[in-house]
Amino acid sequence: MEKQFISKKQVEHIAWLARVELSEEEKELFTKQFNEILEYFRKIDELDTEKVPPTYHILDLTNIFRKDEVKPSLSKEDSTRNALKKEGMYLKAPKII
Amino acid sequence: MESLCTLTARETITKIMAGETTAKECVSSIFERVKEIEDKVHAYLTLTEKHAVEQAAEIDKKIARGRKVGRLAGVAVAVKDVICTKDIPTTCASRMLEKFVPPYDATVIEKMSMEDAVLIGKTNMDEFAMGSSTETSYFDATRNPWDLSRVPGGSSGGSSAAIIADAAILALGSDTGGSIRCPASFCSVTGLKPTYGLVSRYGLIAYANSLEQIGPITKDVYDCALLLSVIAGYDPRDSTSANLKAKDYTMFLKKSVRGIKIGVPKEFFGEGTTKDVAKIVWGGIEKLEALGASYEEISLPSLKYALPAYYLIAMSEASSNLARYDGVRYGYRISEEDLNWNTTFSKDRKVGFGPEVRRRIILGTFALSAGYYDQYYQKALKVRTIIRRDFEKAFKKFDVIIGPTMPIPPFKIGEKIKDPLTLYMCDVDTVPSNLYGGPAISIPCGFSGSLPTGMQIMAQPFREDLILRVSYAFEQNTSYHKHKPEL
Amino acid sequence: MTELQQLEVRIGLEIHAQLTALKSKIFCSCSNDYRGKEPNTVVCPICLGIPGALPVINEKAVELAIMVALALNCKISESTFFFRKNYFYPDMSKNFQISQYDRAGGIPLAVEGHVTATVNHDDKKIKIRRVHLEEDPARLVHPGPIDTSPYTLVDYNRSGIALLEIVTEPDLNSPKEARIFLRKLRSILEHLGVSDGSLEGAMRCDANISLLGGPRVEVKNISSFKEVERALRFEIMRQKDLMTRKAHVEHETRHWDELRRVTISLRTKEEEHDYRYFPEPDLMPITITRSMINRIKAHMPELPDARRDRFVKEYGLPAYDAEVLTSEKALADFFEKAVRLYPHPKEISNWMMTDFLRYLYEAELEITELKIKPADLVEMLKLIDKGVISGKIAKVVLREMIQTGKTPQQIVKEQGLLRIGGREELDKLAERVFAENAEAVRDALTDEKAAHYLIGQLMRITRGRADPELANEIILNKLAKLRKEQK
Repeated sequence: MEKQFISKKQVEHIAWLARVELSEEEKELFTKQFNEILEYFRKIDELDTEKVPPTYHILDLTNIFRKDEVKPSLSKEDSTRNALKKEGMYLKAPKII
Repeated sequence: MESLCTLTARETITKIMAGETTAKECVSSIFERVKEIEDKVHAYLTLTEKHAVEQAAEIDKKIARGRKVGRLAGVAVAVKDVICTKDIPTTCASRMLEKFVPPYDATVIEKMSMEDAVLIGKTNMDEFAMGSSTETSYFDATRNPWDLSRVPGGSSGGSSAAIIADAAILALGSDTGGSIRCPASFCSVTGLKPTYGLVSRYGLIAYANSLEQIGPITKDVYDCALLLSVIAGYDPRDSTSANLKAKDYTMFLKKSVRGIKIGVPKEFFGEGTTKDVAKIVWGGIEKLEALGASYEEISLPSLKYALPAYYLIAMSEASSNLARYDGVRYGYRISEEDLNWNTTFSKDRKVGFGPEVRRRIILGTFALSAGYYDQYYQKALKVRTIIRRDFEKAFKKFDVIIGPTMPIPPFKIGEKIKDPLTLYMCDVDTVPSNLYGGPAISIPCGFSGSLPTGMQIMAQPFREDLILRVSYAFEQNTSYHKHKPEL
Repeated sequence: MTELQQLEVRIGLEIHAQLTALKSKIFCSCSNDYRGKEPNTVVCPICLGIPGALPVINEKAVELAIMVALALNCKISESTFFFRKNYFYPDMSKNFQISQYDRAGGIPLAVEGHVTATVNHDDKKIKIRRVHLEEDPARLVHPGPIDTSPYTLVDYNRSGIALLEIVTEPDLNSPKEARIFLRKLRSILEHLGVSDGSLEGAMRCDANISLLGGPRVEVKNISSFKEVERALRFEIMRQKDLMTRKAHVEHETRHWDELRRVTISLRTKEEEHDYRYFPEPDLMPITITRSMINRIKAHMPELPDARRDRFVKEYGLPAYDAEVLTSEKALADFFEKAVRLYPHPKEISNWMMTDFLRYLYEAELEITELKIKPADLVEMLKLIDKGVISGKIAKVVLREMIQTGKTPQQIVKEQGLLRIGGREELDKLAERVFAENAEAVRDALTDEKAAHYLIGQLMRITRGRADPELANEIILNKLAKLRKEQK
């Protein structure tokens, strides 16, 4: 087996971090696919980036602000219209523990 | 009389303003055409016929009363389902947003509405814009009107197919790594990714914020320039929006390319490029030379790192942008009530997202995670800097850079979907301009057998004028843009 | 706790103060005034995390943050930008929080400051590690305690409110010191006018405690500064108890349960805090110039320490008094208003430092909740001056004023507390006392102490309204007369 860039265990851990459940078959399949993909991505190791700054933003803009003014909020209907579970005007989320 | 749905936007507007036809007739003609071809092509996810026809009728009334109407009066526009339209379902072709109805309009929608464009429906796409073939759509793939067994390209496959099938006059797509240009090439239409920051992203459902732009997909270059003029311009609601006043891009359409210097990177004709594609695109470049431009072959060695850098950045941003889909405020929610939030969220996202979306979320999360951030995400950002520097150097010497849009012609449905990496490789020619931030267009350049091939023209940021000028010259001296498939 | 043990407790605080002085939220134009509003009515696509919405920075939030950083003696960064802190939780509208970071190339708004507070009559310097801006998550409501509630209700009105995060070094060595520090910090923030600590939830605190060099425990969900001392006391006790039993103290995050007054372990699998910080692509960096800082400095209100020094100079108060009066803005404001109406600062200070504060504490009121005004206190002092009530009675009146909010005149009238200063009247009453206490009178003729009893009785009979000095004089005179007569 070639070099492993990500193990199945790592895939499970990352899937948990990302709150994305995977089936057992998917865990196997994705691990295999990820290793192929990451092997290809690691091409970038060839480039010397020692003294190169990262590009965080494309445009050279700074201090993009808005004034401290109040504008109308969403109507009652609009703010909750897409929530599937509600209680009165509250949105209902699952329990914490 | 020629069917109204086959007209360009310019022709439609001219005819309507001249009184030769009405907005209602034009819009109705489109819906008739949609009914004719939708079973075969499946370009649309939502159609807004009733409202569109009413709106068209209103426009006709305005015209009849001699009142002023907008620059796109009566023109039927199809919008990729990744752009928010108030009170109209916006699904991103995902089960996660199957029932999502935005409470607001994207800025581009507001702008088009102010110019009296008529929204006729929302088009199919790859799920959350992640793909190059429109095959990852939860609502089935769109077919390429040129060959219904083949993909239309992606992720703006629905918009492109609609345009070439005359099932829309104008269309909007979005381009993160080639999602406008790829389907434009595969469907033989004109598709432009504007300079990053030229068109507001407010209302564009985010996949990768530092890479994507909304752009026009049209039947020809004039229509492209016209639609761009409407949607471009500063938006205070988008902090990444360039502070530029709106321009009329149709003013830049000259037929002459005399003196234009073209750079042709050999990396764009690399290993994965088919002979046919290379031949067709070189033919295009030589045509431009014959029209007075000059070209030179160059090398941009950092281009071969563009694809991995692009995907690492895009997936990382996507993993964060798509975190919001947990089923509480909107989106898919499992019916079980008594599981805790961790489990519920994980299950909502398992069912709501297709495998490609989940793959990219996980890979993106991995690239940002502790211990891997420097090696993957941060490294990719540095590679991005190198690529941008290479382009900046090249554009000191050349006005435009040209190559194929896609290394291959449209492939068969199902051919590449099982192997993600081979699908990612299709983006090799388009991702560089997303990393660079400059504009890039794909225009019809010829056919490989019966399969369309597009030519990509790139320029420096905010030099859409050069791109449109070169494209227009090429188009007006060829007739590829006039070919339509038999459906 | 002994002196030695105190040094072995290390407490660091992470304070979140809402910028209540703003009109709108930090990244959107929803109103900042969300308290008491119906749930999910002060929301918009941005703070609700609706797909496609984009944040835009509130300029005033940045200005207020700079002002606070200056008041905390921090180094202001020349350039700062926002990061995404990625984690899932039901109170997150996007499942990432737009915040700032001090690693991976991130620069918070300000670093390396300090606050000086008086602890045990000494100046203690508490170092500030950093100050930065971020957004508040939504408010969760549970039917029942958090760990047994069958579901969670979410109100996004609070989502997107501007928060200033202030992090200290672990320089605090006891819960009392933490309380004193927080008091000082609140006073600074209120004097600056950026945050009103009397608003519910406006100032929150997380604490990090380690004992005897042991593992650091984080305590979250402390809803007010008042609760901090309680939470810290409990946690220190809990850890000491574990250590005494030679049990292991876990390095973990615990949740303060205000009702049950305990910290509980929220031990879920998600103990790993891999927040996958990366720069927020939708927001541009902020450049803070010298001139910006100078402009803000020039308009900075008077800070508590400066006010304290001014009180010493202007009103001739002892340093300790000035310190106490300026420990809370509302207290200092009350004092100065009173002095303006009645220019006897030492007298007002004496009353406020002792009885006033004591009665406030007894009534469990914040000074901001007081119904009486400075003018009312002044009225009371004037009544003493005029001889209408004695100083002793005034204490009773003041207590009543604080508890009921009635004016001194009202109270004196209702309770019949006018001072009895008339010699004639007192003489008559003294006669009565002597008549009713024959035995005591006999004793008093020879025993000094018994005389005090009689004076006490006279005071009692007058319900304290007698002028004590006069009462004293009258009783002693009567006794002297009696002695003479007996001889």
